Amino acid sequence: SSILHIAAVVVSGTSVVVYMYTWCLSSSIHISAVVVSMFSTIICGFLFLLVVKRLPEHVQVDDPAVVKRLAKKLERQQIPLRSDYGYKVSLFSHLHQYSRKAPLTQQLSIPSTVIHPSIVRLGLQYSQGIVAGSNARSVALLHAFKQVIRDYTTPPNEELSRDLVNKLKPYISFLNQCRPLSASMGNAIKYIKKEISNIPSQCKEEEAKTKLLTCIDRYIEEKIVLAAKAISKYAIEKISDGDVILVYGCSSLVNNILCEAFEKSRKFRVIVVDSRPRLEGREALRRLVQRGISCTYVLISALSYILPEVSKVFLGAHALLANGYVMSRVGTSQIALVARTFNVPVLVCCETYKFCEKVQTDSFVSNELDDPDDLMVTRKGKTQLENWQDVSSLGLLNLVYDVTPPDFVDLVITDLGMIPCTSVPVVLRVKNLDQ
Amino acid sequence: MELQAVLMAAGGGSRMMDLTYNTPKPLLPVGNKPLIWYPLNLLERVGFEEVIVITTKEVQKMISTDPKVKLDVKMKLDLVCIQEDADMGTADALRHIQQKVKTDVLVVSCDLITDAALHEVVDLFRAHNATLSMLMSKAHEFTETVPGQKGKKKTGEQRDFVGVDDTGKRLLFMANEADLDEGVVIRKSIMRKHPRMHIKTGLVDAHLYCLKKSVVDFLADNKSISSIRGELVPYLVRKQFSKSTNSPKVIDETHQNLKKNDSNISSRDEELLHLTQERSCWNDHRGDMSDAYHGGRLRCYVHIMDEGICYRVNTLAAYIEANRLAPKLFDEPAVHPSAVVSERCLIGADSIIGASCQISDKTSIKRSTIGVSTTVREKVKVTNSIIMHGVTIEEGCNIQGSVICSNAVIGRGADIKYCLVGSAQRIEPDGENWDYWV
Repeated sequence: SSILHIAAVVVSGTSVVVYMYTWCLSSSIHISAVVVSMFSTIICGFLFLLVVKRLPEHVQVDDPAVVKRLAKKLERQQIPLRSDYGYKVSLFSHLHQYSRKAPLTQQLSIPSTVIHPSIVRLGLQYSQGIVAGSNARSVALLHAFKQVIRDYTTPPNEELSRDLVNKLKPYISFLNQCRPLSASMGNAIKYIKKEISNIPSQCKEEEAKTKLLTCIDRYIEEKIVLAAKAISKYAIEKISDGDVILVYGCSSLVNNILCEAFEKSRKFRVIVVDSRPRLEGREALRRLVQRGISCTYVLISALSYILPEVSKVFLGAHALLANGYVMSRVGTSQIALVARTFNVPVLVCCETYKFCEKVQTDSFVSNELDDPDDLMVTRKGKTQLENWQDVSSLGLLNLVYDVTPPDFVDLVITDLGMIPCTSVPVVLRVKNLDQ
Repeated sequence: MELQAVLMAAGGGSRMMDLTYNTPKPLLPVGNKPLIWYPLNLLERVGFEEVIVITTKEVQKMISTDPKVKLDVKMKLDLVCIQEDADMGTADALRHIQQKVKTDVLVVSCDLITDAALHEVVDLFRAHNATLSMLMSKAHEFTETVPGQKGKKKTGEQRDFVGVDDTGKRLLFMANEADLDEGVVIRKSIMRKHPRMHIKTGLVDAHLYCLKKSVVDFLADNKSISSIRGELVPYLVRKQFSKSTNSPKVIDETHQNLKKNDSNISSRDEELLHLTQERSCWNDHRGDMSDAYHGGRLRCYVHIMDEGICYRVNTLAAYIEANRLAPKLFDEPAVHPSAVVSERCLIGADSIIGASCQISDKTSIKRSTIGVSTTVREKVKVTNSIIMHGVTIEEGCNIQGSVICSNAVIGRGADIKYCLVGSAQRIEPDGENWDYWV
């Protein structure tokens, strides 16, 4: 796109020059025509560069030019390129699909020198699913960044505010290769980059580092821990005695809310809905039963059978998009749809740091493809899909996220209060004003 | 820095005294390279730039002076000498270099020949924040006949019992037959936490361990542990499930409390790690009510290789097997360019000829390794044998299935089958030697 920039500048410049020249000719002022046209070209060029923002590139794996650019960028940052695995269903062929059995560390040197060891550890934990869930990933990311900042020393003739940001860029590319970044991680990274850039140049290194570490601690404390407490407080108002609450998958926030409500002696029971291949509901079930909450466990195929019993649905979110759509684990939109048909209220719980400026109306354009081998099941020693790659007309699709339209969501509970789904852009605007 | 490599090259080779009484074990030629070259090559390929080599003074002298012992490695080798007669175990050696250890260590033994993907072992160490991570391999039967042992009954090696969980990665139980009185005893606490355990006996321990720095510090305080494999590893595996606070972690905190700052940092970081684990919807097991890893902080992992080469050259049989397979590990040409090989000799495709050799006419060399500066005269037949450096084989000899150590002289017309000829020995001409050690 830098070529586009230059081309645009050149075209606009020449057109202005031609226009000015013809105008000056018509008004017969010769010398000033050249001067005026030169100035106007320069001004146009600057305006163009200022006004046109660099749009974030969507993942486009089926476009070879984009792939080549990505490969070149990774090569510059000395990060290995992770290759895609297996046949991709055509509708999602623009997304990456990696295999868990081919980790990125295969191509890295073992005492990793290019990438900080805590980032390598984090990348491994992401790709193996040991750290999963929006909040956990953000906290782990910030923890790793704290280690990086602690071990960082400013090279001579460099400023911490600029050099540290450049140091973080290859780490972020590495983490993106291990597992695509989530919206919450993206917001956390933006925050850190802003904090680093705002460090005054006369600040000493030790002082700057301590300041950054306290900033990170404060961010986690405010946006994650305290936000969870605030959301629990609002949500508990909505839980009444005798309720039957339906939850889907394992959302740390929803589990938190239910455990707090139980401690405040509300009488309710929970129905945990689960889906393959992740089967995260089992973990949610364990956590709730451990506290003493009475639970029922069903798979998502039994949803319409148990919905007549349900009084409320609590859903967690991975991100809230700017047009009010809720991006969450695949299957959430189905739950919201069926709940709407049965006239059961759907409440989405989401912290404000997960609000994102993207706009999406479908689950195809921007999504994540997980390892297709997860869909294989071995029962009694036999794996039916063992040689799925040999069958040319078979593709395995393991989607991770889907988007729920705001018509199916009745209320969003955030740390700023209880808002309707369509108020998300307002919150984003207010947040931007604050910053 | 993430990991420091430590190579243990001070072992005596007590199970192959006939080969090692003259040449120390790390410098025994395997495929015409010293044995120590193989683990060093493995470390270099993977990306290490520095290795701490713990060895004896004799080996250090030979490395620096002997031109035949060439270690073409680009890494920086930090040689630490220990006394030969100090009878130090591997854990004692680690304790000796405790000051040099600044971060987690990767301990490798000098007799390991493998093409394993080391990142599998290290990934387990990194991803699960493990205290110990090791490499094991399925044992392969040795197919070559060992000289001098046809008549003798092979003494049964003590079996190792290794217990892993359902995923095959977490190490639950490790004991050697020698330490068990009557049967394998498994504690109920382990069975309650891991109801499905696979116990394997036919595994070869590659003696490659990733250890946390706190373990090295723990060794410094507990001087009773002298061997990593024999004592430290079973101790750590047992400690995973002990009810009391795990001692390596206790030592971890006392060391960190020495610097006030560090303890604040470590407690804040511990909180964040705890928060991460709490919020993450992952568990390493299912079926019971406990958190991930059952709340235990000491974890031991193992990576078991199914296929690939993994040999520990600590017996004669392993040495011969390794010589057969060593050429597959590096792509140097089988016949060294400086060897003088005459036209009319038959050299099989799987034989290796070392540098500066002289192979005369009408010789036939099949499935054998010929060492550096060896002279082979006319009409010699060498099959299935290992000839070390500086050997002279006179005309008309027939050598089959044998190991000839360095600087030996085989007289004319000698017929040697399945023998082991020691260093600098002479075989009388026209002798018939069957199946014994000289």
